[in-house]
Amino acid sequence: MNLEIPKGLQNFVDGAYALAKTTFRPISRKYDELEHTYPKELDLFAAMLNGANDGSGGAMGGAKGDGKEKAERTGVRNGGNMSNVLNIQAMSYGDVGLLLAIPRQGLGNAAIAAVANEEQAKRFEKTWAAMAITEPGCGSDSAAIRTTAVKDGDDYILNGEKIFITSGERADSVVVWATLDKNIGRAAIKSFVVEKGTPGMELIRTERKLGIRASDTAAITFTDCRVPAKNLLGSPEINIEKGFAGVMETFDNTRPFVAAMALGCAEASLEKTRELLKEKIDLNYNTPINNVKAVEAELYRLEAEYEASRLLTIKAAWMADNRIPNTLEASVCKAKAARVAGQITLKCIELCSSLGYSEGELLEKWGRDSKILDIFEGTQQIQQLIIARRILGKSSKELK
Amino acid sequence: MSNTPLGNLFSALNNALDSKVAGAIGLRKFLVKATYTSAFNGVNVATKAAKIFTSPKKQKEAHRLASTAKSTLFDLNLTEDQQMIQDTIKDFVAQKITPVAEHCSEERKVSEDLVQAFGELGITYYSVPEAMGGMLNEKATVTQMIITETLAYGDVGVALALLTPIGALNALVAYGSPEQQEQYIPPFLEEGSHMVASIAVNESNPLFDPFQLETKAVSKGDSYVLNGVKTMIPLADQAEFFLVAANVDGKEPQVFIVEAKTKGLSIATDRAMGLNAAELGKITLKDVEVPASAVLLSGSTYSNFIDHIRLSWCALAVGASKAALDYVIDYANSREAFGEPISHRQAVAFMIANIKIEMEAMQVLTQRAVSRAEQGMDYSKEAYLASVLCSEKAMEIGTNSVQLLGGYGFCRDYPAERWYRDLRAVAISYNGMHL
Repeated sequence: MNLEIPKGLQNFVDGAYALAKTTFRPISRKYDELEHTYPKELDLFAAMLNGANDGSGGAMGGAKGDGKEKAERTGVRNGGNMSNVLNIQAMSYGDVGLLLAIPRQGLGNAAIAAVANEEQAKRFEKTWAAMAITEPGCGSDSAAIRTTAVKDGDDYILNGEKIFITSGERADSVVVWATLDKNIGRAAIKSFVVEKGTPGMELIRTERKLGIRASDTAAITFTDCRVPAKNLLGSPEINIEKGFAGVMETFDNTRPFVAAMALGCAEASLEKTRELLKEKIDLNYNTPINNVKAVEAELYRLEAEYEASRLLTIKAAWMADNRIPNTLEASVCKAKAARVAGQITLKCIELCSSLGYSEGELLEKWGRDSKILDIFEGTQQIQQLIIARRILGKSSKELK
Repeated sequence: MSNTPLGNLFSALNNALDSKVAGAIGLRKFLVKATYTSAFNGVNVATKAAKIFTSPKKQKEAHRLASTAKSTLFDLNLTEDQQMIQDTIKDFVAQKITPVAEHCSEERKVSEDLVQAFGELGITYYSVPEAMGGMLNEKATVTQMIITETLAYGDVGVALALLTPIGALNALVAYGSPEQQEQYIPPFLEEGSHMVASIAVNESNPLFDPFQLETKAVSKGDSYVLNGVKTMIPLADQAEFFLVAANVDGKEPQVFIVEAKTKGLSIATDRAMGLNAAELGKITLKDVEVPASAVLLSGSTYSNFIDHIRLSWCALAVGASKAALDYVIDYANSREAFGEPISHRQAVAFMIANIKIEMEAMQVLTQRAVSRAEQGMDYSKEAYLASVLCSEKAMEIGTNSVQLLGGYGFCRDYPAERWYRDLRAVAISYNGMHL
C-alpha cells in the first residue's frame, strides 16, 4: 500500500505548478476585473495543449504529463486520470477561472471525444465546443429539459433556451442537449453540435458572476434553429433501456476533475494564509489540538480536511486508471473536496482579517471562485443523493 | 511468496516436522500454534511448529524490523497476505465478536474463551521478527492497521482489549534494547500464555498533553524514581508490566518498563464513559524505583511512539465507523415511518451519505500515514493530521448513528450507543494500542 505520487508524475506536476505560478497568477486579478474579456494570454495555452491533447478527451485537463506508469509485477497503473487530476489541481492553484477559460478544454469537447462517431470526430476535430445542458427551468434535474429537437428531412429543428454555458460566447460550437419527445423523458434526450452562426441561435447575455469571472458563462436561445442530422452525437434512436446512462457517464469521468479544481483553490488559500500568518503561528504537528492557539487548531483542521479530500480525489482517479468502477468514489471526492474548498477558502479570509478580505491579496477571490465548484457538475446535494442511493440501494423513485 | 510472512509460516510448518533437531542441540523450544484457516471456519489446519525461544548466546543487538521497500506507484491494493488476514479476522469478528459485543460491554470484560480464540489466530506472530520466533522479516505496519480496523468493526472495547498486549509487544520490537527484547518478548509467544502488558501515557489532568507529562522520573544513581498517576489504561489489572511515559529530569519524555509487582505501584479500576470491555484502570506510582535499564526508548523516538499510538486509535475509529455505517444503512432501510422506509427521506439519507464520506476521508488519511511509516518515510505530520480528522469525525459518526436510530439509538440493546461512548476516546486516548 502506498499513497504517494510517483516521482516521474510528480515532476510533470511540479512543472504545471511552475506554469500556473508564472502565467496564471500574474493575470489572475486582471481578468477577475475584466469580466467578459477573453484572456488573450490563453491562446498560448490552447496551442500548447492542442499539441499535447490531440482531442483525446483529455479535455478539462491542464498541462498534461502523460504519467502512464505501470508496475510490472502487480499491473497497477498510475495513468491518465491521475495525471489529469494532479495537473488540474496545479492549474487551479494558479487560477481556476483561467483554467476553465482555456479553449477546447471544456465539457463540450469531452462529450464529443466520448460519444462522437468516426466521421464526427474528424469533422469536429478542430472545434472548440461548449456544453449546454441547463435551462432556466431545470438545473440538477437534467432529465426535465424542455428544449426540443424535431426531425425535418435531413435536419433537426431546435427550440429552447440554454443558460450557464461555460465559454458559450467564445467557443466555435455548442453541444446542446434537447429532447426528441418531452413525454418520454431521459431516453429521448440527445445532444447536438450546433455551430456558431447557425441561423436561429442567438447569444442573449453573459452572466455577471460571484467568481470565476475569467470564464464566460453564456445564455443562448434557439429559435427554429436548423441543425444537420449528422450533428447528432451518438445514436438517433430512442432507447428506453439505455438512453440516459451514456450521457451521464461523461459526468462520472469529470467529477474528480472538479474536485481537483476545488483542491487547487484550497491549496492556494492555505499556502497564502500560512505565509501571512508566519510570525503568529508555530505548527509543530505534535501538540494536541486543544492545547494550541485557536488559529493553529483551525489550520490543522483545514489541512487535515484538505489532505483527506486530496487523497479521496486521487483514489477515485486511481480507480479509473485501473478500470475499477468508481461512480461512488467520484461523487464522494466531489462532495468532500468541493465543500472543504469552500470551508477552507472562506476560513482563510477570516483568519487573515482585512488582508484576507481586501483585493490586495487573492484570498477573497479564491473565496468567491471556490463556490461554483460545489455547484456545477452536480451540486453538493446531488452528490449526496447519488452517494445515498448507491449505499442504501435505492432507485431515484424511492429516494427522491 | 517465500519472503512474505505467509511464506515464513509455511517454512515454519515444514521445520516442525523436524523438531527433533532443535531438541538435539539443546535449545529450549516451544510450540507455536499457527492457525490461519481456523477452527471456526470448519477447516482446522492448526499445526504446531518448532520455534526457538531463547538464543543460546546473548542477543547482541536489538531485533528491529526493516522498512519495506519504497513503492514506486500509488496503490491501494492489499497484498495477498493482507487480504487473507483481513478475511480471516472478518470471519472471526462476525462469528466471535459481534454476537457478544454487547455482553462484553455489560460484563465489562472479554471472556477467556474469546481471548483464547483470538490467540489461536496467531496474530501475535505478526508483530515479532522471525529471528525472535515471529513471522516478520520486515515492518508490517499496514497489516497491523488492517488487523486493528477489522477487529474494531466488531467492537472498539473488545478490539482494544485484544490488541493491548500486541501494542506493548510492537513497542518492544520497535524500541526495546536487546536485553529488554530477550526478557519481555518470548513470554508473549508462549502457547496459551495470555501475556498482558499495557501502554500507559494518559494522566488525570485536563488538557492532557503527552509531551507535557506530570509523571516524573528522577534519576537516582543507577535507577530512576517515578511518581505520578496514569489513567484510562486498558487491562490495567491483568498487565504483567506497563510501558509508562514520564518526564525525565525535565528533559524529553521517556517510556519506562514498569512491572506491575514493583513496589510503590498500585492499581485501581477506572471505569469510564465507554471502552467497557477493555477494563480500564488507573495506576498510581509512588516512589517507584526502576533500574536505568528499564528505559525503553533510545534517542528521540518518543514522538514516533506517540504517532504510532495515534494511528492505532485512527484505525480503531475507521473500523468502528464502518460498522456504524453498515448498521445505520440496514436500520434506515428496514425502519418504516409515514408508510415507507426512513431511508427514502433525504434528511436521513444525507446523514448516512455523510457518514460514508467522512469514513472514507478518515481511512485515506490513516492509510497514508501508516504506509509512510511502514516504508520508513517521515510520517509524523501525516499521523497528526489523521488523528485530528479521525478524532472529530469519529465522534460525529458516533453521535449521528445514535440520532439515526432515534429512541432505539439511546437503548443499550442497540450498538449505536456504544459507538457514541467508545468513539469519544479517539480524541483523548494515548494508551494501550501501538501499531
